[in-house]
Amino acid sequence: MRLNDQTTSALLLVTPALLGLLLFILLPFATALVLAFTDLRLGSPLAVNFVGTDQFLSLFNDPDFIRALLNNLLFAAVVVPLQTILALALALLLNRGLPGTVAFRTLFFMPVVFPMSLVAVIWSLIYAPGENGMMNAFLQWASFGLWEAKDFLRDPLLAMPAIMLLSIWQGVGFQMVILLAGLQGIPQTLYEAAALDGAGRWRQLLHITLPQLRNPLIFVMLVTTILAFRLFDQVQIMTRGGPENATTTVVYETVQAAFARQQVALASAMTVVFFLLVLSITWLQRRFTHHEREVA
Amino acid sequence: MRPGAGSILLRYLLLAGLAIFFIAPLLMMFLGSLKADHRVLLESGSLTAFLPHELSLQNYSDVFRRTDFLRFFFNSLFITGCVVICGLVVNALAAYAFARLQWRGRDLIFNLVLALMILPFEAIAVPLFYGASILGLRDTYAVQILPFIANAFAIYLFYSFFIGIPKELEEAARIDGASTLRIFFSIIAPNAKPVFASVAILTFLTWWGSYLWPTMVTIGPTVRPLPVAIASFYTLPPLQWGDILAFGVMMVSPVLLLFVIFQRWFVAGVASSAMKG
Repeated sequence: MRLNDQTTSALLLVTPALLGLLLFILLPFATALVLAFTDLRLGSPLAVNFVGTDQFLSLFNDPDFIRALLNNLLFAAVVVPLQTILALALALLLNRGLPGTVAFRTLFFMPVVFPMSLVAVIWSLIYAPGENGMMNAFLQWASFGLWEAKDFLRDPLLAMPAIMLLSIWQGVGFQMVILLAGLQGIPQTLYEAAALDGAGRWRQLLHITLPQLRNPLIFVMLVTTILAFRLFDQVQIMTRGGPENATTTVVYETVQAAFARQQVALASAMTVVFFLLVLSITWLQRRFTHHEREVA
Repeated sequence: MRPGAGSILLRYLLLAGLAIFFIAPLLMMFLGSLKADHRVLLESGSLTAFLPHELSLQNYSDVFRRTDFLRFFFNSLFITGCVVICGLVVNALAAYAFARLQWRGRDLIFNLVLALMILPFEAIAVPLFYGASILGLRDTYAVQILPFIANAFAIYLFYSFFIGIPKELEEAARIDGASTLRIFFSIIAPNAKPVFASVAILTFLTWWGSYLWPTMVTIGPTVRPLPVAIASFYTLPPLQWGDILAFGVMMVSPVLLLFVIFQRWFVAGVASSAMKG
């Protein structure tokens, strides 16, 4: 029987992958769901108890965690639109195939291959306090000397915007590439027809380009929103959540709880909240994406 | 829509302005890595930051003197290499079974695998850390490699590609009695180079730069990879910016080298992740 033949070899082929997914994704995730309702601490000799929703209640009474949630929301609310608009502008500028566009595309994409830890270190130098710091010097020059040198990463008002800027610098090339691919998929005939009807540049952008880019745009916004909620590396390296919790994030608080304070149960509860956030963002994206072809 | 000369000029001006924003940090890193430590910060506030003068390789030799760079580099290379190579084999074979073989439960299991794509690593980091701790596996290579070989998204990318390869290619070999593995390696794999390249590049980028997990599980420098190493080198007194930037240049150079050689594949690989959803 050919069918049986294939079942045997199929099982051989999928077993390593399924075993990995089961052991290292499904099992840990299920563990987090269970641990979130206990009072487990790493290395504690006390018996573990089920405490119901106590961990979640204490989370939402914890000003640090609330601040972390708000910071993630703020980060998403600022970075997602800014980065998407910048990526769209770059893609539109590069889409015409002017001489030299390949070099520009290479340059804009280059930060994407940089590890975030390195980006954080480089930008710490850019944000150096005092007039020697590159960002301070630039702002002083741009404001005709009005800008007073600031210590960006230790200023509660400036630390978050500083982290936002370097995140955009690192991530925008990724979105640009996806939008460029989307732009290249728009049939040229649509523009020709619109031009015949006398539609100008802006009307073509509004009525052809943007609607045709709908799915790629929603996709890049989804990815950036999820990245905004995964924010960690920059914060850990540059500010450690400070000053005054100005840059703390959900993942940063989770790692602090699990790693520094050994509160595995509390960290698991944070993980569950994080997962629910990601789930709802993805659900929103699915709702807004036009499905022309279904997967599988 | 033929852009006029004015609009082309405007386009280039905009591009050039944006290019400065992207290139300034990169230039500062490369040139700063070649300047004396005390000059890096001093010059970063003026255009001299971008002038190549009085350059030396002193910082590079200082990095090797002050820290065990080669060990960290090897750790990153070993961990990333293992995840990439094992991942390609394991995920491609599974995807082939989902895309081409007939077996009971296939569609159900495949949909479960697709559902796992929604779980970002941060959603499993805590229990995984807990598991690694109680099993005494912290500070090992295994804990940085094994959990990341099987990858739902890689399976999905392979699946999407394999499903588009014409069935006729395999039929002849199958009639000749070739085994499934043989068909996979002699027919499917050679026809699927682009997806292997995309998955390899995506996986490599992800793990070369991975910071969260190694910062949780590594304790000493023995199995510490580069991203954790640069973060700790950055806080190692005395603060020597030239050395830190030289460390950074050496850390990113393999990726940049690959990027320059395989740029087309990088862009295609990253863009292919957009097919998700």
